Amino acid sequence: MTVRFTLNGRDVSFEGSGAQRLLDVIREDLRHTGTKEGCGEGECGACSVLIDGELVDSCLVAVGQVERCQVVTVEGLQSPLQQAFIEHGAAQCGICTPGMLLAAHVLLQHSERPSAADVREALAGNLCRCTGYTKIIEAVLSCAT
Amino acid sequence: MSAKRRKFLLLNMVTAVGRSVPRRDGAAKVTGEARYIDDLVVAGAWYGKTIRSTIPRGTIRSIVLDPAFDWGGSRVVLVTADDIPGENVVHLIRDDQPVLAPRGGEIRHKEEPILLLAAADRSTLEEAAGHIRIEYVAQEPVFDPAHASEVYTTIEIRKGEDVEGVKGVEVVVERSFTVGLQEQLYIEPQGAIASPNSDGGITVIGSLQCPYYVQRALKRALQLTDQQAVVIQAETGGGFGGKEEYPSIVAIHAALLARKAGRPIRLIYDRHEDLAATTKRHPGVITHRTGVKKDGTLLFQDIDILLDGGAYCTLTPVVLSRAAIHASGPYSCPNVRIRARAVATNTPPNGAFRGFGAPQSLFAAELMVEHVAERLGMATVDLRRKWMLRLGDTTATGQKLTESVGSELVLDAALKAVSPVSPVSPSRPSIRRGRGLSLVFHGSGFTGSGEKKLSGTVAMEALADGTFQILTASTEIGQGTKTIFCQLAADALGVTIDRVRVAPQDTSIVPDSGPTVASRTAMIVGRLVQEAALEIKARLQKEKASLPLRVEKSYIQPDSLQWDETTYRGDAYPVYAWACTIADVDIDMTTGAVRVTDLVTAVDCGKALHPVMAEGQIEGGCLQAVGWATIEEIKMKDGGYQNDRLATYLIPTALDAPHIRTILVEDPYSRGPFGAKGIGELPMDGPAPAIIAAIHDATGVWLDEVPATPEKVLAALSGKRS
Repeated sequence: MTVRFTLNGRDVSFEGSGAQRLLDVIREDLRHTGTKEGCGEGECGACSVLIDGELVDSCLVAVGQVERCQVVTVEGLQSPLQQAFIEHGAAQCGICTPGMLLAAHVLLQHSERPSAADVREALAGNLCRCTGYTKIIEAVLSCAT
Repeated sequence: MSAKRRKFLLLNMVTAVGRSVPRRDGAAKVTGEARYIDDLVVAGAWYGKTIRSTIPRGTIRSIVLDPAFDWGGSRVVLVTADDIPGENVVHLIRDDQPVLAPRGGEIRHKEEPILLLAAADRSTLEEAAGHIRIEYVAQEPVFDPAHASEVYTTIEIRKGEDVEGVKGVEVVVERSFTVGLQEQLYIEPQGAIASPNSDGGITVIGSLQCPYYVQRALKRALQLTDQQAVVIQAETGGGFGGKEEYPSIVAIHAALLARKAGRPIRLIYDRHEDLAATTKRHPGVITHRTGVKKDGTLLFQDIDILLDGGAYCTLTPVVLSRAAIHASGPYSCPNVRIRARAVATNTPPNGAFRGFGAPQSLFAAELMVEHVAERLGMATVDLRRKWMLRLGDTTATGQKLTESVGSELVLDAALKAVSPVSPVSPSRPSIRRGRGLSLVFHGSGFTGSGEKKLSGTVAMEALADGTFQILTASTEIGQGTKTIFCQLAADALGVTIDRVRVAPQDTSIVPDSGPTVASRTAMIVGRLVQEAALEIKARLQKEKASLPLRVEKSYIQPDSLQWDETTYRGDAYPVYAWACTIADVDIDMTTGAVRVTDLVTAVDCGKALHPVMAEGQIEGGCLQAVGWATIEEIKMKDGGYQNDRLATYLIPTALDAPHIRTILVEDPYSRGPFGAKGIGELPMDGPAPAIIAAIHDATGVWLDEVPATPEKVLAALSGKRS
């Protein structure tokens, strides 16, 4: 089947089984490797992408499900969060960073003045093993208006 | 020059060290441009897979390839032990671990690699794997380290008099402590891509900490020369020790497949395989017998350590060594006996994990202070002040501490940072609140003569375009190597940091500065980078040197450091870093759940080269320790890990994590670059005992083990009630 969607604002189409994982289509067919695979079962959040503005684990989504959807990956993100992550030391090894940035971005889209507890809640589906989360939370709060 | 002009110049002499400059790899990591191993596209590469044992102990009776399946070489490539051109050995400390179990050979653990497969696509690969049948003759496995017959290594440390004959002892306290397995859980699983070279060699790109460890292992198993075995580090998504020795196995496997297939091979583990097959933190039992006077004067420590090494030796002797040396805690005791042994069982091998044995033995040492204080009716902080190592004191190995002893500084700093804790939350009557403290030290750099034997080498080049290049094998795994090396070099050269860069970690380009382990990168390798930069600067100033100019620097052990490997006496480490950690916990008395709510840690790092990254590394290490102490439990079943998926092996999320506050204390070390000491592993040491002490503070019960799962907390609580 042919699946048409937008990736970071650009029209793309995928020919193949609609049952393929969106993660693999993004990484291998569309060569956007910013989205990472950490566990393949929706536990770590490294493969987080936005589908029509919602944060989703792309390892759990069949590509057929995103027909006509807007998919955004870290490559399509332009946010002050990125600079804040560098300044606050929120990225160490960097493997969780793309998913973490998208999760934080969604939070800031919906909440103007989130508390530290709100940030923790919003990032709870994205595992980081390097930072202990403190610096990530500081980075996100620094971007709240 | 006018005074005003001079002042202006001084103000513009911005140095890099001590400032939190943007990290070198930051921009690539926040845009998705950073390329990790699985992100690399290699033309013509096939996918590789490892076929592993399903029993913990026995021999292979037969390997049957289903004749109905098309095993043609154009479709699938199969590698057995017979295809190994060199020795069937994973080169490390001992030669006990095979690359692949030999046909008819011995199986020592579940998930032991037996065969390798490769195919052009994943579905053919999986199909082929489903057509292999391996039959075994099972043997009775050994799982209990207390009943293990094979001992990997023993260590004995003695100080002062025989502990059995110490006079004046008024109180003796004896306790046993148990520590569990732990998975490193880097978020990027293990992986390597191997490609055959035209000279008969192999290039391996991988997610790894130690390029030269992998190169040595490749050379031996594939019979390659230095030039033929090229190892390159890809961007690496975390290591924590888990990518110290294990990547050698991944690399050899990928290389064997690449050699036979005559094409590149991608061997990238999924999370399940990574959890099931790769190394874990050594579990163990540590028993203390401590003799004191009634006023708290410490008279003897008698310590017994038993670590479970698992089925192969890996780095176990060195882990045991660090465990033993740290076992007496950061305390000054006149008479010490430490007896340590590590044994073989039929579980997957245990290996390097941040802290490397010290978190295990310091957990016991710190709780022992609590038990002695409780017996004597003393405040634990007072007892720690009485016992703690200070400048001029000697450690258990007889090492006299001559500088940079931050024990009291960190204790005072941590105590000052916390306000009194309220014991009960009135709105939630089932919650009890408690606070615990720990004081730890951690030797920076390799143990004993390790650095001397290794003699790590770095190089620096001044290039014609006015820039400088740092060449080391020290890898960036998130901790900031690339950035701090540039900071150190820039300040030593007296140039802005944008003129300095780090060469890729590629064994065909960089010298062997040693592995990225043992809290040694900033302190030992960083010092060499600084020295190389200073020499480049001097030569550029003195002569009209032609560019490019290259300088190499190798580690030279100062004469003042003396270590006797046979007696375990002397200077075990060049210097120690210190930490005091205070943990606040909430215990749900109905469910037994432990939640660490706040954590303060004061760390003497000598000098914070990059304060934000130093804090970040400390906070991450603390949370890893919080996980080990509370929720990261590995359950064994038939010699394998029962919870070998991320859905069942839990690590702390942002919601589970306490608010962690770091206080950096700087008591400089004269031989560290700008005074810096290694702190990579230290934060793994302190939180676990502080949390167990906090649980006791909240509930009145002692657990003496980690992880403190709800089941164990409830069992301890019901034991108290009965």
